[in-house]
Amino acid sequence: MLQVKNLTKIYDGGVKALDNVSFEVPKGQFLAVIGLSGSGKSTLLRCINRLIDPTEGQILWDGEDITAASPEEMRNIRRKIGMVFQHFNLVHRSKVITNVLAGRLGYVNPAWSFLNRFPKEDIEKAIKQLERVGIADKADQRADELSGGQQQRVGIARALMQDPNMILADEPVASLDPVLAHSIMKHLEEINKKDGVTVLCSLHFLDLVHRYADRVIALNQGQLVFEGYPRDINDKKFKDIYGRDAERVG
Amino acid sequence: MNEKKSSASAWKSIQIGLAVLLGLFVYAYGFDVTKVNLEELRSERRQESLTRVTRTLAQPDIIGYEQQQAIVTMPLYVPCPAGGLLSTLPEADTSGAYLTISPACAAPGETVQVEGFNFPNNITGPIRFIPGNDPLNVVELGRESITTDSDGHFSASFLIPDRISDAPQFIRVTISESVGKPYFTQNAKDTWDKIIETVFMALLATTAGTILAFPISFLAARNLMKSVRSPLTSVSLSVLGWPIGMGLGYFVVNQVGKFTIPLSENIVVSLLSVIATPFIFWFAIRWALPQEEIKVPTLSVRLTRLLVIFIAILVAFFGFFQLAGLTTSISLGIEKALGSLGFLATFLFQVSDILRITTPALGALAAGGALASFLGRIGQRTAEKSPAARVKTINFIVASLAGATIFGLSGWLVEWLYQVGRVEYTFWGPIIVGAGLGLLLAFLTKPKATLPTGMVVYSITRTILNALRSVEALVMAIVFVIAVGIGPFAGMMALGLHTIVSLAKLYSEQVESIMPGPLEAITATGANRLQTIIYAVIPQIIPPYISYTMYRWDINVRMSTIIGFVGGGGIGFLLQQNINLLNYRAASTQMLAIAIVVASMDYISSVLREKYV
Ligand SMILES: Nc1ncnc2c1ncn2[C@@H]1O[C@H](COP(=O)(O)OP(=O)(O)O)[C@@H](O)[C@H]1O
Ligand SMILES: [Mg+2]
Repeated sequence: MLQVKNLTKIYDGGVKALDNVSFEVPKGQFLAVIGLSGSGKSTLLRCINRLIDPTEGQILWDGEDITAASPEEMRNIRRKIGMVFQHFNLVHRSKVITNVLAGRLGYVNPAWSFLNRFPKEDIEKAIKQLERVGIADKADQRADELSGGQQQRVGIARALMQDPNMILADEPVASLDPVLAHSIMKHLEEINKKDGVTVLCSLHFLDLVHRYADRVIALNQGQLVFEGYPRDINDKKFKDIYGRDAERVG
Repeated sequence: MNEKKSSASAWKSIQIGLAVLLGLFVYAYGFDVTKVNLEELRSERRQESLTRVTRTLAQPDIIGYEQQQAIVTMPLYVPCPAGGLLSTLPEADTSGAYLTISPACAAPGETVQVEGFNFPNNITGPIRFIPGNDPLNVVELGRESITTDSDGHFSASFLIPDRISDAPQFIRVTISESVGKPYFTQNAKDTWDKIIETVFMALLATTAGTILAFPISFLAARNLMKSVRSPLTSVSLSVLGWPIGMGLGYFVVNQVGKFTIPLSENIVVSLLSVIATPFIFWFAIRWALPQEEIKVPTLSVRLTRLLVIFIAILVAFFGFFQLAGLTTSISLGIEKALGSLGFLATFLFQVSDILRITTPALGALAAGGALASFLGRIGQRTAEKSPAARVKTINFIVASLAGATIFGLSGWLVEWLYQVGRVEYTFWGPIIVGAGLGLLLAFLTKPKATLPTGMVVYSITRTILNALRSVEALVMAIVFVIAVGIGPFAGMMALGLHTIVSLAKLYSEQVESIMPGPLEAITATGANRLQTIIYAVIPQIIPPYISYTMYRWDINVRMSTIIGFVGGGGIGFLLQQNINLLNYRAASTQMLAIAIVVASMDYISSVLREKYV
């Protein structure tokens, strides 16, 4: 169970990216985070694994206070939270397998990983994850030789290497065409349903929300403007979330 | 409104006029101080010496022949004697090469016709007027030279200089003929030696500079250092950890050396130890550092591991000393056998010497770093877990101790540099001030707040880099010539230091411009800072690092050719010497060598760059 309480983030420049946001995510839920670009979705997800330090508020995960964790404790929390990014964030010049193995860095002894040595089990595990997302044959290629959809699968495999209890996906399909988008979302869905991993996924398109999400929260200028089930987003709610001038398509 | 516009444009014209005037003034002054003078360039004297020097430069002194010299002289009177005593001049010996002069006497400023017969064919040599009546006199006048035709004959008009004498004086033609096979002149050999020295100076400087600039560049990268923050307790304890750890490490490793260096005189013992220590080290570390651990180990397990690691490291240092001993024995043993490859033995000997000297320093650094990070962690934990009031008390103690340490050590440095000799100024004073500042800092900071240690390290590193970078390598070379004596070692040190600072700057700019995405992704997996650098930063910076290193290699080759001007060894030393001795043909050889080396290095590095970047 993830509890976010009165979370506020004010950036150095004075931008209030999150404004007193509170919500809860039960274990194993697929939660969609929607909102216009600039509404604070990325900031929210990054506050949860403390890539960004929140200005105020509290985040509790299974009772543990993430916002108060020391750097040492933070590493142990982070290794249980996988993250998937819009621009995949692979290390381009490294091999696919190295990118996937990087998901183990929070577990392995640092001294060995400096020498680029991973335990045998981890290497086998990495191959298995690549098989799971269907690109095991690409293991020895450089990451930037892959197409966008393939790169995102590597990103998912990297997150899976962490044996995560939760996955934060920041617009994972925004840079992909619709067909690929569905194949990536299906992987996330499978991880959520089969492995029971909690998923927080920010999304652009409402049809994806309806298709994959158990529940939705919506942000507008840093404020939580909607919390509920996808089917509850009616025209009025839609205008609250996306603004007066927005028009519903599809 | 129109008026406003026109007044504005008038003001603009005035501004432009003033700017032009100012420019004129600046350049006029510039011409004056740099003494721009084309008239001097056009003067006959300059033109003549320019031509002469250029011609000499065009004939580099590389290949020589054994020379056979023949001197042919012919007397004449200057001016013509009153009685016309022509018969007193001896007849030329026509069996060999000989000269005829007509007329046989002349007044200064007149021209005589000199003809030569039976000379070697197609050969050039100087023709001179020899004052006094000794045909072998070293004093000679004139600048002409003659060239014989295919019959060994020449004819030249010769202007008689203003030297008069009653006795006969001489016209002398010197010809030298190349005989035998061509050989490389001494100058060519010296140039070869020095150019090799130059290239290797650049190579070593670039290598050492690159290796050291690499880690420094991370300390000077804002994006990496900005997020490094630690509480005062942790910072103070690390500050205390460094000197204590370094002292302990140096002492312990030296003790290891003291007891084990005698052992290494026995080559069997040292050989066995060199073979055995890596295995022992490897297995100890394998045991003490499990690859992956999900559960937190118990305290006793942790302590045992620490002990094993400590012993493993001692064993490693023992191995270093044995390796140094072994290398020394080998180098001494094979020196004779290697013959002309003796430099390999010398290299081994120097390496073993370097190993022996650096091992205690390495131990000091390792122990300093280890203790500092260990204490820093304890500090971090204390600041996080203890109640604020207790942290505050601890901060008062450790911060004042840390302040005292920093200032005390700085005072010691000042004492060493300036030999003040007053303990109250260089020891007690700084310690009290440092402790006071530490107390003040502990008083001002909230006990649990974190300090921007990363940015402090970043600023200090940047400042030192910028300060050192503004000192030219040539100037550094002068300092090193004083420190380690004239020669290529001084040049290498200067180039190496300059390489470190300039590469560290360039590298760190590359680190600052990496894509932040992968960095974020690796951090999110729970990787620690060093892991993040290795997995997210280094792969991104490899190509620019290679290209900058090659660029620096180019610069170092260029610099090493002139660093000899200030005594830094290499070809510059020879070049400067020859220029000063007006030995332009020799200097020309060195210039040619420099041009060839620089051009070919340019070519090689551009090929490599294309291939790998
Ligand atoms: N590092 C930053 N510094 C300052 N402002 C930022 C930073 N990152 C994001 N912002 C601002 O915070 C707001 C929310 O941004 P973000 O969380 O990226 O929104 P979203 O992901 O929904 O597009 C935006 O107004 C953005 O300009
Ligand atoms: Mg975003």
